[in-house]
Parts: sequence; structure tokens; C-alpha cells
Amino acid sequence: MKSVEKHESLTNRLLSSDGAVSVLVVLLGFLVGTILVAIVGKNPLNMYKAIFQSLSGYNIDNGKMNIRYIGETLNYAVPFILCGLSMAFAARAGLFNIGGEGQYIMGLTVAQVIGLLGPQVSGLHWILAILGAMIVGAFWGGIVGILKAKYEVSEVVSTIMLNYVALYLSRIICLQLPGATTYKTANFPETALLNNSLFQKLTNNSMLNNGFFLMIIALVVYWFIMEKTNLGFGLRATGFNKEAARCSGIPVVKSIAISMAIAGTFAGLAGGIVALGSFRYGRILSGMDNYGFNGIAVALVGNNTAFGTMLAGFLFGMLKNAQALMQGKQIPKEITFIIQGLIVVFIALRSAIAIYLAWRNKRQLQREVLTK
Amino acid sequence: MNTLFNMIPSVLMIVSPILITAVGGMICEKSGVVNIALEGLMGVGACAAASAHVLMEGAGLGTPSIWISLAIGASIGAIFSLIHAVAAINLNADQTISGTGINLLADGATIFVAQILFNADRTREFRMGMQTDALGIYPTAYIALTVVLLAWFILYKLPFGMHLRACGEHPHAADSVGINVKRIRYIAVLTSGLLAGLAGGCIVLTQTIQYTSNTINGRGFIALAAVSFGRWRPVGVTFAAFLFGTAQAFAIIANNFPALRVLPSEVFNMLPYIITLIALVAFSGKNYAPRANGKPYIKGAS
Repeated sequence: MKSVEKHESLTNRLLSSDGAVSVLVVLLGFLVGTILVAIVGKNPLNMYKAIFQSLSGYNIDNGKMNIRYIGETLNYAVPFILCGLSMAFAARAGLFNIGGEGQYIMGLTVAQVIGLLGPQVSGLHWILAILGAMIVGAFWGGIVGILKAKYEVSEVVSTIMLNYVALYLSRIICLQLPGATTYKTANFPETALLNNSLFQKLTNNSMLNNGFFLMIIALVVYWFIMEKTNLGFGLRATGFNKEAARCSGIPVVKSIAISMAIAGTFAGLAGGIVALGSFRYGRILSGMDNYGFNGIAVALVGNNTAFGTMLAGFLFGMLKNAQALMQGKQIPKEITFIIQGLIVVFIALRSAIAIYLAWRNKRQLQREVLTK
Repeated sequence: MNTLFNMIPSVLMIVSPILITAVGGMICEKSGVVNIALEGLMGVGACAAASAHVLMEGAGLGTPSIWISLAIGASIGAIFSLIHAVAAINLNADQTISGTGINLLADGATIFVAQILFNADRTREFRMGMQTDALGIYPTAYIALTVVLLAWFILYKLPFGMHLRACGEHPHAADSVGINVKRIRYIAVLTSGLLAGLAGGCIVLTQTIQYTSNTINGRGFIALAAVSFGRWRPVGVTFAAFLFGTAQAFAIIANNFPALRVLPSEVFNMLPYIITLIALVAFSGKNYAPRANGKPYIKGAS
């Protein structure tokens, strides 16, 4: 009898722990993905071999080790983590930022413009470009905040609209850049690039670059603002209960605008890093890169904490890096998108846990009453 | 003027799927469930219809194949929307999260199916799409018209429609007079999935020859915009869909007009989204949305 009680309290504890539920959700996503791969007649083992290789650099099939894969996984994780922070920051203030994609695109665009047209001074050029990306991201997010705070426009609708405005605006701007064809511009000058020769040497010429440092700084800044400043406290209070926050003198309207602007800064930074770190030329986007949308999943898995978002971002970076390897093993790479989508769907379904716990408590109460 | 007149069939071709999807979205939101998964649902419908049509055409089935494919696209859309229905209605899930999940899932699932069926990141091209009638108009325009009229009639002239709207305004009051809120919301969500899937099929069968990851390209979100720009009323939504569809059409055919050639075509692509943003600001303060829109219905709680 005693052991049963203990067991029950463990399930209870696990189900009410956000971290454990996140792990469960990710495992479920992989489980369903694996079953799907098996159903269509492919070998799921190949999928895991590819994932393992992108994680460790070790190729199980031929025993060769290539550290470049680790570098690429880390590099892919950077925009996922930053877009995750963007979503998470807004979520802490009670806002749903589907606009990470648009803020990312605007950051990418401005970084490309400054990268191609800015002053070619070593050490200054890329910093200017990245700053520009962050500022435009803040602006793009800030619009949403102001619309929400002043005009009560739902941030869900306005961010979706602004994503597509950003996409087409980016095309208009980038098509005017030097050397623009239908899909790319001229090459960036050396001074604009984020390359880090040490990283390249260490990781066998992967694309890993200084953006990695910027991401680490962003993580620390996120944690610091959220947990250690009055601003962060006000934002979290607004997120918990808007009315209570207003009554205790927290400027709710300002909080909402600022939190969306900061959220946009993270996504804009992601755009700048991808533009100048992972490509040598400016891109003329024909569709979304989807980092912003996946950032939603990253933040949800990471429960909007800095550490959780980082782990979830690495998971998504690993999946993205594994795509090419999967395709080489006859596994359609889209399975990674499916797994990511499933993870978000399962997160939506986690509200079932609360219903289940309530039902179980009720049943337990009934049992206790009956035994008495 | 003549060029403008000649534009009508292509405008109708582009407007119809947006309108069909928007009507579905409107019905869904009228019942109190927000559906931002329209984009993804159009995608699965389009992919299913394209795949079915290619396979049936290859098997020697002629014109009936198009109509069967449309039906298949619509059914797959409805089946996919079941996820949203279960999450939003039974499990009180956050409807924005579940919608986002379906959009991401649809992105992957459609191309995954194409990889399995056709070994490529797109479906194989079909030879014959839908044919226009004597006026040069695709049947999809008539389908859209039927859908709008039917939706208006059901929503405003039948008791069922009144019940549905009550669920979106005040589900507790509706429940107290014996309306089954969950059942009605299920019907509404599945209808929106069905219509989005149908619209996806319409896009593939009239505007392209295969499904690629770029086929839908934001049209589900335009439909979503049309719902709020049209203030959740059939007439408004129809007007909004026409406005946005025409802007989309201009993006494609602006080259025929010397005066418009100076503008990049992207300006027209952007227009629906900008108009919606401005409209949302202009209408701010007056709430046209169904009052219980997006809120899960929990019996007993109020």
C-alpha cells in the first residue's frame, strides 16, 4: 500500500514538473516520428544514425569521425535559440509572439544591407551590421507591442500580418542591392563576415562563427533581465495577472511595448547572425526560413527559461543538421519537420495533463470518502 | 478597360480558394474556436488533391478524377483539423499553440508524403487540371459562391446557425438552454478543415500543375486576415477576400499595365496584410469578434 502511494506521488510530481513534461513531449514526438518512418517502409535506425552523427560527428556506418558536424550543429542551434528567446521573452509577459519570423527577416535584411553598403572597416563593419539587425528587430517587434498596448490589436493577428509584410519588404529592398539576381546579391566584403578562424580550425571548417558568442551573451542577458531586474519582474507580473500588475503600479502598457521590442531584438539578432555568419552573399528570400516559427516550439519545449530554451535550441539545431545526413540514408528529411510539428502539437495537448490530474484527485477523494 | 475586363477570370481564380477558406475560418471563429491552422490545412488538402489526381490520372481516370481529388483534399483537411478540434474543445488547449503545431506539422507531412509517393520534394506534375467554362471561369468560382451563400443561410436563417453563433458569444448561456457546445464546436472546426482542404485542392487544380512547399504561400493567413477584416460577417468576409485576392492577382499581372510596372510586384503581395493591420487599428475599441472567441469552454466555470 505504501509503495503504491509513493509511486503515485512520483507520477504526480513528474506530471506537474514542467521540465519532465517537456522531456516526455519530445520523446513522444520522436516516438511517433519513428513509427511513421517504419510505416512507410524505411529503417528508423538510419534516422537515429544520422541524428547521432550530427550530435557527435561519429559516423557509425564507416567508423569515421568528423568534428565538422558538431560545429554545424552548434551553428544551426544559434538562430533557433535566439528565436526561442524572442518567443520566450514575450511569453513571460503574457504575449504570443508568432512574429519571430518577421523580426528575423527584418534583421537579416538590414544586416545584408549594411554588410554590402556599410563602411568596410575591420572590426567595426560587422558590429554595425549586427546592431542594425537588432535595432530593426526591436522596431518590428515594438510596432506589435504598441498596437497591442494602445489599440488592443491582438498580437497573434498583427504578428502574422507583419511576417508577410517583412518577407515582401525584404525582397523589395534586397533586389536593389549591388549584384542582385533573382535569388542572391553580390558577395559580402570580408569585414562584414562573422567568421572565426579559430572555430574553423577547431571544427574542421564548419560554418560556426562569432554569432555563437553573441548567442551566449543573449542567453545571459535574457536570464539577467528576467530574473534580476525590476523590468523583468514587471514583465513577469504582467504575464501572470495584468490587472494585479496594473493595480500594484506596474506600467502595463509600457511593459507590453518594451517586452515586444526586446523580443524582436533577439529575433533580429538571429537574422543578422544567419545573414553574415552562414552565408557569404546576401539572399533574396523566396519564402520563410522558419527559424522564427520553430522558435515558438523551442521556447515552448524550454518552458521559457534561458537554460531550457538553450537545450531545446540545441535539439532543433541537431535535427536541422541531421537533415542532409538522413536524405543520404534514404530517410526523407521532412521527418524532422514532422517531429518538430508533433512536439508543438503534443505541447498543446499537455493541457490534458491538468484535466487528468484533476480527475484523479476527484477519484481519490471519492475513494477516501467511500472507505470512511 | 478591356485588359481589366479580361482580368476577371484570373481574379476569380485567385479569390475563390481564399474565400472558401475564409468562410471556414469565419464559421470556426463564430463558434468560439480560433483556427490559425488554416494555412497548414490548405497545404494538406492541396497535397492530397494533387497526389490523388496524379495517381488517378495515371490510372486512366479522366475528368471525374478532378472532382474525386477535390473531395479527397477536403476530407483530408477535415481529418487533419480533428487534431485542432480535440486539442481546443476536449483538452482546453491553447488554440494558438495547437494551430501553430498543425501548421508546422503540415509543412513536414505534405512534403514527406511527396517523398514517399514520388521520390521528390514535390508531387509529380499532372497533365490536365480543371477546365474553364465558356466564359473562361473556373468551376471553383461557383463552388466559392455556393459555399458563401450556404454559410450565410445556415448561420443566419437556420436554428443551427443561431446555436453556433451563441456558442461563440456566450457558451454558458447556450449550454444552459440545452445546446451541446462541444458538438457544435466540433462541427465548426471540422467544417473549417473541410473547406480549407477543399480550397487547397482548388488552388492546386487551377493555378499550378503540382504541389510544392510554395503552393499555398501565405494564402491561409490571407484568409485569416479576411475573417477579421470582414468583421466576422459573410458579406464582409466576401468583400475582404475579393479585395485581397485582387491585390494578389495584381502581383501576378501588374506587368500588363504600364502604369503599374514601376511598382515592384511585392507591393501588391504586401497589400492584404497592410490593409488588415490598418483596419485593425481603425476598428480598435469596437470589438467585432465573437466574444468567447479563442476561450476554451469549461462547464460550470464562468
